[in-house]
Amino acid sequence: MLAPAVTTGRDLRLDLFRGIALWLIYLDHIPSNVVSWITIRNYGFSDATEIFIFISGYTAAFVYGRAMRERGFVVSGARILRRAWQIYVAHIFLFAIYMAEISYVATSFENPLYAEEMNILDFLKQPDMTIVQALLLKFKPANMDVLPLYIILLLLFPPVLWLLLRWPMLALGSSLALYVLTWQFGWNLPAYPEGSWYFNPFAWQLLFVFGAWCALGGAKRLAPALQWPATMVIAILYLGFAFVIAMSWYLPEQISIVPHWLEDLIYPIDKTNLDVLRFAHFLALAALTVRFVPRTWPMLGSWILYPAILCGQHSLEVFCLGVFLSFAGHFALVEISGAFWVQVAISLSGIAAMIATAALLTWYKNLEGRSPGQRSKSPDADLAGGEA
Amino acid sequence: MKAFIALVLAVSALAGRALAVDPPSCAVPDSLFFVDSNLNRVATAVGKQRRLAIAVFGTGSSTLAGADGPSLAYPARLEVALNQRLSNVMIRVATRTKVGQTADGMRRNMKDLLTDEKPDLVIWQTGTVDAIRRAELDEFRAALEAGVDTLHTGGADVMLMNMQYSPRTESMISVGPYADEMRAVAQQRDIPLFDRFAIMRYWSDEGAFDFYATGKDNGLAQRVHDCLGRAIGKLVIEDGHLQTFVNKASQQ
Repeated sequence: MLAPAVTTGRDLRLDLFRGIALWLIYLDHIPSNVVSWITIRNYGFSDATEIFIFISGYTAAFVYGRAMRERGFVVSGARILRRAWQIYVAHIFLFAIYMAEISYVATSFENPLYAEEMNILDFLKQPDMTIVQALLLKFKPANMDVLPLYIILLLLFPPVLWLLLRWPMLALGSSLALYVLTWQFGWNLPAYPEGSWYFNPFAWQLLFVFGAWCALGGAKRLAPALQWPATMVIAILYLGFAFVIAMSWYLPEQISIVPHWLEDLIYPIDKTNLDVLRFAHFLALAALTVRFVPRTWPMLGSWILYPAILCGQHSLEVFCLGVFLSFAGHFALVEISGAFWVQVAISLSGIAAMIATAALLTWYKNLEGRSPGQRSKSPDADLAGGEA
Repeated sequence: MKAFIALVLAVSALAGRALAVDPPSCAVPDSLFFVDSNLNRVATAVGKQRRLAIAVFGTGSSTLAGADGPSLAYPARLEVALNQRLSNVMIRVATRTKVGQTADGMRRNMKDLLTDEKPDLVIWQTGTVDAIRRAELDEFRAALEAGVDTLHTGGADVMLMNMQYSPRTESMISVGPYADEMRAVAQQRDIPLFDRFAIMRYWSDEGAFDFYATGKDNGLAQRVHDCLGRAIGKLVIEDGHLQTFVNKASQQ
């Protein structure tokens, strides 16, 4: 395998952790998968989604921020919107695969025990509504909520980026204010057939904008604070607290180690609106990571971490492949066998397929990069810290 | 080595046959039961009047299709199981099911349920429709809380019942977050939750039932409902503290 390209400006840690987040999202999306016990959502409040959204914000600002400085608002804004369009197309493609799966289940499965669960197929009976609502991003099947969130965040990103480049603190403050107001007034986008978005864009934008703010100099400002011992102590204590709470979820009902007043205080831990506990958990994880995994960490150049870095560098394709593979993996578990070793085999082969695809995409990219007549080094979103 | 393999195969064949002869039981381990709640009105009704009126308030998965479906579904099986174990008590289980109702829709009809059935205990089965329609979690929880409060004010004990374990639709219906809300509300209001999801999953893991099976096998559905009825009966006896009323003959 090729050694990871060490170019200036490229922070391989972003690729690494985004690649790992993609693997974890894949594992979490396969229901009843024993391997998903290793993912971070079982050991604290936040999960791989936070990592993915934060890094996406970071890389978007890194890539498009430079474009905005060099070529202006219109060009970089247009490029951001093109990216949002690509993600939209990818999401609709996944929706088609989802419809294929439930259509198959609809015609092959008639267990009378599950007559009620089969109501999920009612969506097939009214394609006029369902498909239109899916195109409008209002109808989103289970496990297909991340890309619509990403699309909205990118659509709104050009003015945010503009503001971030001029008055970064004002931009971050506005983002925080929107988050607070969203909690105060319960804002969210409507969903179909009822309810609202599973990942509330008005709340989750905070993580995306925070990532972007870090990329545009915020990380440097925070660096001294991250060196304080107090920061480390608080982060470690908080992660420990979250770990204990998370462990209490797996104890039998009879044993309650969490006092009632604390339960009343912390629950529900709201994923839809990016609960403060989740955000803080992510911050604590990030603080420890930045402290102990320096940018110049030699392991970043080793072959062991290279597969994850590769996946992180092609995040959109690998993410979509992961969603597809989790459908397919669950399908195989149901149709063939749900045995322990099958779950492990499906988990591992899915990750292998993600790595192989990422390697193939890198190969294509190198091929195109070298081909004669190619414009020299268009400032591509895929440079520096992976894709936006 | 070959002999060893042959031995292993023979032993596993024997084990397989033993399993075939004795169908695995659908007993439920205590750890899957919410046993530290108190169904006070159930205890009073049985203690003072030797009668118990239960109403199952549910959606499609509280019934079975067909002419004899209602008599084979878990509410009727619960009535049979409780009458067997508490033979000195008059037990009646009424069933109110309406297909496709969300928790919020059901909450609106609770007053009617209370006036019509005057139940001592309402078993509120919900969550599946909300999960299918991806109802908002906040609203789902608010509906649960309001519904439980209405039932309590109306003079009934409440037991919540969550979704079925349905492996084949797991990637399409995300029941986990809704099950978590139901668990949280049960804990907060100190009422029992009949964790149908965990119990059926346990049966699946233990090989008691094959929930992956396709085809119109009514037998499987009927056996599952019978087991559910008995398991609910056990939980009612535990949380109503009715052990003293249990027939000696029916005690295992």
